[in-house]
Amino acid sequence: MATSPSPIVRLEGVTKRYGATVALDGVNFDCNAGEIHAVLGENGAGKSTLMKIIAGVIQPTEGVVHVDGEPVALRSPREAVSRGLVCMFQELSLIPDLTVRENLMLGAPGTGLGRLSGRTLTVACDLLARIDGGHIPMRARLADLSLAERQQVEIAKALAREPRLLILDEATSALNASVVEKVFTVIREESARGIGVLFISHRFHEIEALADRVSVFRNGRHVETFDNGAYDYPAIINKMVGQKIDDLFPAKPEAKPDAEVVLRLDGFGWEDGLKDVSITLRKGCITGLGGLDGQGQARVLQGLFGLLRKTEGDIVLDGREIQIASPKDAKRPDISIALVPEDRKTEALVLQQSIAANMQLAALGVDGVPASDPVLYRPYIDALQLKYASLDQPVGQLSGGNQQKVALTKWLALKPRCLLLADPTRGIDVKTKTQIYELLRRLADEGTAILLLSTDYEEFIHLCDETHIFYDGRVVRHLQGDAVTAENILAATLNLPAQGGTHA
Amino acid sequence: MPEFLRANRREAIAVAVLLFLLTVYLSTHPRGMSTYVMTIWANQCLILALAAAAQFFAVIVRGIDLSVGAVMALTNTIASHVMGGEGISLLGGAALVLAAGVACGLLNGALVVFARIQPIVVTLATASIFVGLALILRPTPGGVINYDLADAMTLDVLGIPTALLITAAVIGLFWIPLRRTGLGLGLYAIGSSEQAAFQSGIQVPLVRMISFGLGGLFAGLAGLYFSFVTTTGDAGIAANFTLNSIAAVVLGGVALRGGVGSLIGAIAGAFILKTIGALMFFSGLPPLAQPFVEGLVLAAAIAIGGADVLRVRNRLEVFAR
Repeated sequence: MATSPSPIVRLEGVTKRYGATVALDGVNFDCNAGEIHAVLGENGAGKSTLMKIIAGVIQPTEGVVHVDGEPVALRSPREAVSRGLVCMFQELSLIPDLTVRENLMLGAPGTGLGRLSGRTLTVACDLLARIDGGHIPMRARLADLSLAERQQVEIAKALAREPRLLILDEATSALNASVVEKVFTVIREESARGIGVLFISHRFHEIEALADRVSVFRNGRHVETFDNGAYDYPAIINKMVGQKIDDLFPAKPEAKPDAEVVLRLDGFGWEDGLKDVSITLRKGCITGLGGLDGQGQARVLQGLFGLLRKTEGDIVLDGREIQIASPKDAKRPDISIALVPEDRKTEALVLQQSIAANMQLAALGVDGVPASDPVLYRPYIDALQLKYASLDQPVGQLSGGNQQKVALTKWLALKPRCLLLADPTRGIDVKTKTQIYELLRRLADEGTAILLLSTDYEEFIHLCDETHIFYDGRVVRHLQGDAVTAENILAATLNLPAQGGTHA
Repeated sequence: MPEFLRANRREAIAVAVLLFLLTVYLSTHPRGMSTYVMTIWANQCLILALAAAAQFFAVIVRGIDLSVGAVMALTNTIASHVMGGEGISLLGGAALVLAAGVACGLLNGALVVFARIQPIVVTLATASIFVGLALILRPTPGGVINYDLADAMTLDVLGIPTALLITAAVIGLFWIPLRRTGLGLGLYAIGSSEQAAFQSGIQVPLVRMISFGLGGLFAGLAGLYFSFVTTTGDAGIAANFTLNSIAAVVLGGVALRGGVGSLIGAIAGAFILKTIGALMFFSGLPPLAQPFVEGLVLAAAIAIGGADVLRVRNRLEVFAR
């Protein structure tokens, strides 16, 4: 490979903090001209933060970014683009209400606020045709395109900016194999001309086919950079996984494969995002739902909580088929399902209102539950050791961990038979995590069926009795007992063959 | 070109409704279709159309401007002081009036962009300031506008109402060229997805300032044209025009959430709203029932625009709209 000695971009001791959370921790990293450099890591390993810093979307808390050997401050994407650093973002940098043509021209180099030049458009159209997007109508509104077509437009838009370093953040996640092949061909041609490519992908075969060098990130730290092919899959997965913590979790009881079935999902599906999912929740069991972001696992929780319309398949509760049309249905005493949602600041809590008011919200309107009686919430406040000055304090003043405790208490007061949790420990400190784990295990022992969506595979290993791993809207692996290992979970989330585990 | 119609269906619907209403209006008008009838109609429509254009520039970047009517009142009262003369002084007067409009818009923009206050709050406050200034300039309606100039702007050229020519000029010489610039794209990009616009390298604060400045310019133009039609200065017109400008952009298919719609739609909406008013004037409906019917039409038009909520299959997405 034509690897020139001088890197296009070099990061030196770069740290990025969000409040108490450290997203990147003292990272040294470089990407050379003419190389394709893959970045690997789990969810939350700091990959996207790294890309955003290079693209000028966010600025590092500490450390220096060098471009072509000079230290620079990239204060906005515009400055990054002017230095030839172009990023194609995971969360799509396209404008839904504009047409394909307009999106391709938006912010293109050389077009300020004045007249738009047709030249960029010609280049972009040509690129679009080369990656099999020639059929996409230029006048179509972007929001009317499929996700795959949008990704093609975005790739063409990024390439048309004549980047020196092209950053692809899960650029090809929605594209099928033949289109991906064409994208690769174009990228290879680009890198042969001396353009560096930095890309994030969760598909190992893409990395194997494309990368010159691979960097592994874990918990915000740069673990290692090596030449592609230096390690095999299991070795790379081990690097991504790292060390284990055991005493974080309460003792795991014997598996209870014959416990009473509380709820069964049979052939559950919704639109394109969820296909033929069958899951059984048993009394006293914690069932895990894993996978990369957006593989359908969150839809299962939403569907069970009455948030999705026109779902397919059956929900069977205590042997009888039920319909859950809304969250109000879900919390009815005869169904009694609770959902603690993923985004506690917007979906779980009303931040401006008091702790007391927030805790009453779920119980209000449920027959036979005295919502305004503080005694209802006391056991959970004590069990979770909620730290507060007064129950009249606004929830927004609490720390993230304590906010999550309020969100949990709010639903636990209803004593749900079935508790759905969407990543309850994301972005939460270790101590609070332990408290939540202990409470979940205790609830399970008391007979609650728990469905836990998580992005932390440790929770599957040490907390869950069984785990379903999702990929592309389906359950690709059902892991139980000894098969629940970090390697198996990670392999399943990437839809790779199991290393001696049980297949679904 | 079905693709073209599909992409611009909101404007297409608005224009079709307008043509239908205009046909009904002209056929029921006691004097039928004549230059006189058309001129009166077009003048009334253009005042609101310019106000709607001002509102459009606030709404398209996901804002709202409650000071459109107030800027009109202020510029109208300024015009009644400086546009009574002759010759070259009129040019200076007009420039002063429009500069005042732009200054009002930029003040709104600066408070939104740099002080980071919500547009609805900013413009509610500045609206009071602008009306207050207008009242100082004209405690009671009065003043004078040069009659020759006013006639030239409000009568007709070879049988075509001047107001329609001005409308055509705004669309053809201003809007269509603007739509082909980076600025025009940036307006939509910011309103549709500010984050994506920023990540695409758009200078978000600058574009938003320009948008508010253009809003002020059009509010100034509306105030100036109002002066030509009434040939007097009146500080009491603000509230009515603000509300109607919002109604007009909504009728014309501009989404209040920003990023969708066009100036053509906003102008068509204004023409529709005024034509409905004019129709009812001759329809024999009791005057007291007219606001009721106008309200019904407006509510129906908005309901059609929001009907796609019924197709949403994830309930959480309803809240994201």
